Amino acid sequence: MGLGSLASRALRSSSSSRVLSTNPRYNLIRTIVSTPELHKPEAAAESASEPDLPKRTPVAGARVHFPNPDDVIEVFVDGYPVKIPKGMTVLQACSVAGVDIPRFCYHDRLSIAGNCRMCLVEVEKSPKPVASCAMPALPGMKIKTDTPIAKKAREGVMEFLLMNHPLDCPICDQGGECDLQDQSMAFGSDRGRFTETKRSVVDKNLGPLVKTVMTRCIQCTRCVRFASEIAGVQDLGMLGRGSGEEIGTYVEKLMTSELSGNVIDICPVGALTSKPFAFKARNWELKGTETIDVTDAVGSNIRIDSRGPEVMRIVPRLNEDINEEWISDKTRFCYDGLKRQRLSDPMIRGADGHFKPVSWRDALAVVAEVVHQVKPEEIVGVAGKLSDAESMISLKDFLNRMGSNNIWCEGNEKNQDADLRSSYLMNTTISGLEKADCFLLIGTQPRVEAAMVNARIRKTVRATHAKVGYIGPPTDFNYAHDHLGTTPETLTAIAAGTHPFSATLAAAKNPAIIVGAGVFSRKDNSAIFSLLNSLPSKFKNLITPEWNGLNTLLLNAAQAAALDLGLVPQSDSLDSAKFVYLMGADDTNLDTLPKDAFVVYQGHHGDKGVYRANVIFPSTVFSEKEGTYENTEGCVQQTVPAVPTVGDAREDWKIIRALSEVCGVRLPYDSIGGVRSRIRNVAPNLLRVDEREAAVFSGLFGGGGGKVSAVPFGVTVENFYMTDAITRASKIMAQCSALLTKK
Amino acid sequence: MLARLASKRLLEIRQAFHQSPQTVRSLSTALNYHIDTPDNNSKAPWEFNEANKPKVSEILSHYPSNYKQSAVIPLLDLAQQQHGGWLPVSAMDAVAKVVEVAPIRVYEVATFYSMFNRQKVGKYHLLVCGTTPCMIRGSRDIEDALLNHLGVKRNEVTKDGLFSVGEMECMGCCVNAPMITVADYSNGSEGYTYNYYEDVTPKRVVEIVEALKRGEKPPRGTQNPDRINCGPAGGNTTLLGEPKPPPCRDLDAC
Ligand code: SF4
Ligand code: FES
Ligand code: FES
Repeated sequence: MGLGSLASRALRSSSSSRVLSTNPRYNLIRTIVSTPELHKPEAAAESASEPDLPKRTPVAGARVHFPNPDDVIEVFVDGYPVKIPKGMTVLQACSVAGVDIPRFCYHDRLSIAGNCRMCLVEVEKSPKPVASCAMPALPGMKIKTDTPIAKKAREGVMEFLLMNHPLDCPICDQGGECDLQDQSMAFGSDRGRFTETKRSVVDKNLGPLVKTVMTRCIQCTRCVRFASEIAGVQDLGMLGRGSGEEIGTYVEKLMTSELSGNVIDICPVGALTSKPFAFKARNWELKGTETIDVTDAVGSNIRIDSRGPEVMRIVPRLNEDINEEWISDKTRFCYDGLKRQRLSDPMIRGADGHFKPVSWRDALAVVAEVVHQVKPEEIVGVAGKLSDAESMISLKDFLNRMGSNNIWCEGNEKNQDADLRSSYLMNTTISGLEKADCFLLIGTQPRVEAAMVNARIRKTVRATHAKVGYIGPPTDFNYAHDHLGTTPETLTAIAAGTHPFSATLAAAKNPAIIVGAGVFSRKDNSAIFSLLNSLPSKFKNLITPEWNGLNTLLLNAAQAAALDLGLVPQSDSLDSAKFVYLMGADDTNLDTLPKDAFVVYQGHHGDKGVYRANVIFPSTVFSEKEGTYENTEGCVQQTVPAVPTVGDAREDWKIIRALSEVCGVRLPYDSIGGVRSRIRNVAPNLLRVDEREAAVFSGLFGGGGGKVSAVPFGVTVENFYMTDAITRASKIMAQCSALLTKK
Repeated sequence: MLARLASKRLLEIRQAFHQSPQTVRSLSTALNYHIDTPDNNSKAPWEFNEANKPKVSEILSHYPSNYKQSAVIPLLDLAQQQHGGWLPVSAMDAVAKVVEVAPIRVYEVATFYSMFNRQKVGKYHLLVCGTTPCMIRGSRDIEDALLNHLGVKRNEVTKDGLFSVGEMECMGCCVNAPMITVADYSNGSEGYTYNYYEDVTPKRVVEIVEALKRGEKPPRGTQNPDRINCGPAGGNTTLLGEPKPPPCRDLDAC
């Protein structure tokens, strides 16, 4: 008796022990062992009659949602009955039953292709194994996933797949997280029978982000389906046929999608890998930290993979409500910006105009001295795009104690209404957009402002053919839309009912209006807001008890929390400022600042803000600190430190806390917990992490009326790849902007 | 010196064995990606000509207006005939525009079917069947004979622009294997014909080529004088008389 059959015996005898069998991977474990005696029919019969089956847990927490209670059917997976809604495939039924079916081409979020045949299972009364991903489950179906027939079928498929697959795992970046590698451990043979020449395929140039080694491709077409279905770029295709089949663009073309990096994740083998990450690290050397992204206002869930003090790569994390399982290229590839142009020491600008590194003590003392020499109303504080809630509340408390209330967050404006959360949040929620049947986008280009929100809109438009109207400058969309106009006057016409789109909007059951945050900075913003305020009374479905279709799409990660914390300036001009505290604010226009004003720049990158600074306080980036962020829909999330800080840098709130003490106005908190209890008094919702607190009142924008101007809406994000200090420092993003942005 | 001698000897031995010197796998279709050339690039304008425009609308009328893409194969065929037997990338783009899909979707179709030539072909495009039955009956020799005689490589056009040689998969003529097909574009898309020459020999294909060069149209079909159509060579060998009934047909006798 061979070792394999011994092992399988041991495993089989333990199958009745509940301890082992509650583990859903248990089935996989058993199939790894080659069991020649199981190929005999008696053995199959024996294993089929296993007594009292243990309860299993669905794979990866698969949720079953019954849209219609009448449409429930029951199927049996390895003898274990499961209830599933009609229309599910056999593969989905198996995952509900806790059986993970091996697969290459099937992906939950893509259409079904059924071309890899790895998911073969045995179905009772069917003459041959069926491809479970493409086979709808029928009532009473008896599915067998671990019989000798299924195993043999999969082994055959695996042998064919490996026939033309190069044996280059040792130099392949996918090694260690490769589906083919993993599954060949379970179904592969230790040698091949193929003695002909292996196929080789010319590599394609898809741009600076995706590296291709096309010989490794197993033709699952996931990337083709992703590009055309999710990303909405019809570039990739399956060319040729038979063994000459290959993935490509035919005419050489870069992949110009803001979501292109996701093909790296969905490619089950190493055919599409990350170009910046190529040959940098092996995935088992990496430490994963589950955190969130701050480069836009979506707050995509990410995992930062680091090795020692270095961030090696960023990959998405599943969050059905926010980013599903995709992230934008900016989120994924901005990480090299975390290491470049970092400020590591406190510095003071000397008389010669050069910065000199000094100790924290000296730097704080200099600032404390200056701040006491200016009048309170000459003190201004600006929080940058990437600030977390903790640092913003500290800055506000500090400046308030110094007697000034001139503090705001980049992107927000003076006459903004911070009292009504509904006026600056995405009230429909990002996942809620999927229920909308009509969109009106006002002055916003979601594709560059919030790529993940755009992906949702595209998903909705694809699924339900929802109408999209757009008011703003001509721009790129990856779904069908009507360009209604470029100025707010079009909005006036829609509100007045004289525009053809009014009828569409009125007929819609769940209309969603999305206003871009770029509108905040317009002169006529209050007029536009009062116009928006008047919409719910005209379009009755816009706000109902179940639906709130009036949304604002914010631009920056800090914006929502800043408004929740009340960072609204009394006056937002810098003309008379004498002391300016820039907390990571790089996009504030300092041209009107008087020459003799003293500028403190507290930030992590030597970016635009540094040019005018007199003193620099180095702080930490989102991958190095614990911070609270609120995304555009009002969902509060926290970053988790993944790597240590650079040099002498400190967390933002700590710097301000230290400065306040030196200035003699000590802030009453010494720990992050202390800051958070302070936040509890101002905006308690910011402490409910991973929860979305809906706005209490719906649909009330601030705004004092007036007449809208004829000035066209502007473009808010000029370059998708470079929007903040981190992305501007990134080499990869610079390459992308050079190669991929439309000129 | 010695090393060079040794390696030379090794080469000789290897050649003597002549196992499979083929290092590149021969594929029936041309490259699966496009390389810009002066006569084949996406900038060159391409349109269906006036004579073919009514045909385009005729083809489109066969399909529901929301399934226009179904017309892609007949339209590609039409475009190929119009363009002298091959499809430049701009012609595929033009078809994509007509059927309202992204160009890549048309490229996918055109690369799939080896009857769509994506490289320039001669007026007479000679397609050698390379599938198993023909291969067993010597199609490799047929191809070699053609290539040698014309002095070209596969998918290359002769200097005079008359001939090119390609490979095709089984054309359903295996009874008379080996066979070649001549796609004849010499009379434009009106007089376009597609002729099978079956039972060919390396000698016979050269004769066919020469005849074509002279402007003759050699009779198509089997080239074996002993054979009528696809019947057995030398006359029928079976079913010569009335077939005997099965032994148990007479039920009463059983
Ligand atoms: S490149 Fe990757 S994702 Fe695309 S078909 Fe090949 S194996 Fe599948
Ligand atoms: S996963 Fe079912 S055929 Fe590929
Ligand atoms: S194999 Fe040549 S025609 Fe069938």
